[in-house]
Amino acid sequence: MSLKHFHIFFIVVSTLVLFGLGVWGLNGYFKHDANGSNLIIALIAFVVGGVLIVYGIKVFQKLKAL
Amino acid sequence: METIPYTVTPREDTGLINAKLGIWLFLASEVMLFGGLFSAYIFLRLGAVSWPEGSSILNVPIGTFNTLVLIGSSVTMVLSWAALAEKRFDRFRLYLGLTMLLSLLFLVVKGFEYSEKFSHHLYPASSSFMAIYFTLTGLHALHIIGGLVVNGYLWGPGSKMWASDPERFTNRVEIAGLYWHFVDLVWIFLFPVLYLL
Repeated sequence: MSLKHFHIFFIVVSTLVLFGLGVWGLNGYFKHDANGSNLIIALIAFVVGGVLIVYGIKVFQKLKAL
Repeated sequence: METIPYTVTPREDTGLINAKLGIWLFLASEVMLFGGLFSAYIFLRLGAVSWPEGSSILNVPIGTFNTLVLIGSSVTMVLSWAALAEKRFDRFRLYLGLTMLLSLLFLVVKGFEYSEKFSHHLYPASSSFMAIYFTLTGLHALHIIGGLVVNGYLWGPGSKMWASDPERFTNRVEIAGLYWHFVDLVWIFLFPVLYLL
């Protein structure tokens, strides 16, 4: 496996973990205690997860051309 | 002087350059090392009468920050290799330098996290959870330091090879990138297991 493929795999796994973290944060905020830091973590995780999806698509096209 | 074979062209039997085969064999041994410790974590947890929720002991915002730092470092690592593939050496140094800065930031934050635990009298001997936490994250931090040394060499004295054998140097950076991605991937698994579950 080349670095290109490993990087794409890494981005996919990272995105999944970040969305999982987002769900964990929301769950903590709404079900356990209304701790503001959980909500902030969830928001950051979802935003960065979304950014990684866009980045993943762009970098896939860039690396394919190399 | 006889040159080392298969540093640029792949071997016919493996279809890979030797360094790539070597790093994957090394990473396979690393999977077994971390896999063994993950198994230890699972058995310790299953055998424990009670097990603390990671988020009740560890600092999730700091863990999240460090996760983002390492994801960023993987991005800059692959960009440094891509810059060499595009023959842009200045960009390579910029991106690899950023990778090293991010890995240093990770270590500083980790050190801060450790000192916070020590100030609360939480040591490896305090509980099974703390023992496996310090073992897994400590071993991971050692791997980060190892990657930092390799990347530092490629950024500094090792980069002289770019002038004499650019293709081989590009391959070296790719090999270092594979190692770096593996180390980051270990953290991507460690973070939810230790901090969230």
